[in-house]
Amino acid sequence: MYGNDIPEQPGTAGLLDEVAAAERDLAGRDHDASADPTAYFDAVIAADGKIEPRDEMPEAYRKGLIRQIAQHAHSEIIGMQPEGNWISRAPSLKRKAILLAKVQDEAGHGLYLYAAAETLGIDRAELYRLLLAGKQKYSSIFNYPTLTWADVGAVGWLVDGAAIVNQVPLCRCSYGPYARAMIRICKEESFHQRQGYEILYTLATGTPEQKAMAQDAVDRWWYPSLAMFGPPDTDSTHSAQSMAWKIKRFSNDDLRQKFVDMTVQQAGVLGLVLPDPGLSWNEERGHWDYTQPDYDELFTVIKGDGPCNRERMAHRQAAWDDGAWVREAAMAYAEKKKVTT
Amino acid sequence: MTAVPLWEVFVRPRRGLSHQHVGSLHAPDATMALRNARDLYTRREEGVSIWVVPAASITASSPEERDAFFDPAADKIYRHPTFYEVPEGAEHI
Ligand SMILES: [Fe+2]
Ligand SMILES: [Fe+2]
Repeated sequence: MYGNDIPEQPGTAGLLDEVAAAERDLAGRDHDASADPTAYFDAVIAADGKIEPRDEMPEAYRKGLIRQIAQHAHSEIIGMQPEGNWISRAPSLKRKAILLAKVQDEAGHGLYLYAAAETLGIDRAELYRLLLAGKQKYSSIFNYPTLTWADVGAVGWLVDGAAIVNQVPLCRCSYGPYARAMIRICKEESFHQRQGYEILYTLATGTPEQKAMAQDAVDRWWYPSLAMFGPPDTDSTHSAQSMAWKIKRFSNDDLRQKFVDMTVQQAGVLGLVLPDPGLSWNEERGHWDYTQPDYDELFTVIKGDGPCNRERMAHRQAAWDDGAWVREAAMAYAEKKKVTT
Repeated sequence: MTAVPLWEVFVRPRRGLSHQHVGSLHAPDATMALRNARDLYTRREEGVSIWVVPAASITASSPEERDAFFDPAADKIYRHPTFYEVPEGAEHI
């Protein structure tokens, strides 16, 4: 619990159990190698085994994984910006230390994922280049601004919360290095969500102005968080093949529903209102009915016209350019030592 | 610019356990690789010792040959104690 006194949240503990179970299941399934590599791949997938880096795999499997893992890695790296925005203005030293640790974790997540992508035969430098050239995407959510301190809370609770719901099933993904990276990431994510929830709880039980600030942040982050699960199943282009190859395990809409069901109760404990008048318990379905996010807005943001797209990319480009002399100096020093020893 | 080398990282989680592969990273030299490995793979006290190995120095068996390569062990079940029948009454064996 990291010494924080906050109310229990249902749901998260269960998700952590799923991560532990996925970790136990990593090993323990091996297969009779067959002379035909395609048959071997199919047999491993059918038996819920793991494909490892140098195994034969369909080119579309490899390409699709590179696309997905790279997009995921870029999201972790770009995702440092909205929260990094508040490190120097955190309201206390404790909050500052926590936020620093969280943002550092996100850098780590990006690096685990770049490493997983590299096992598929692509260079990290090439992935950086594709991101900066606008040829690969990152999650649309990070193109929204963090206007107040309460946004740091809302991002931790809702954005990291949605990310966890999305990512826990990926711990069972059929590609070994990706599954292992996701297990590591998910274990670290629950601290992110809890610190955000605690920030909001503190504000929501503070002065009326603080509570209003918390409510305002939730109002702005709710629908973009729902949109993180991607377009509705009827419009999702990559899903079917991805499910067949056991990269993806649940549909966008199923995961979105799961997130809504978990979050409604948590909002109640905070005493904050989710900005959806259509939210109501559906006895028959056993789920909450809710209003879909604006998918036109989602596509506008993905295409590059969200509130912060240009700022995020310009910042990433500047960080890359400004770091060039450090990379060059470190490599020159390494070369020099090689020559002299 | 020359490509920044890739390193494989091995961490000993606790005294008494052996080092285990945890992942990889890029670094210009061994000193930087160790520091990066500490920051990347042991942020929550996951280890008491780290090895970093240049990925290029690792020689691996080939997945295509997995059959032929590991075959010699497959038919030698007499290497396992369970192969042997122990007569009734024999103790501590
Ligand atoms: Fe993350
Ligand atoms: Fe996170």
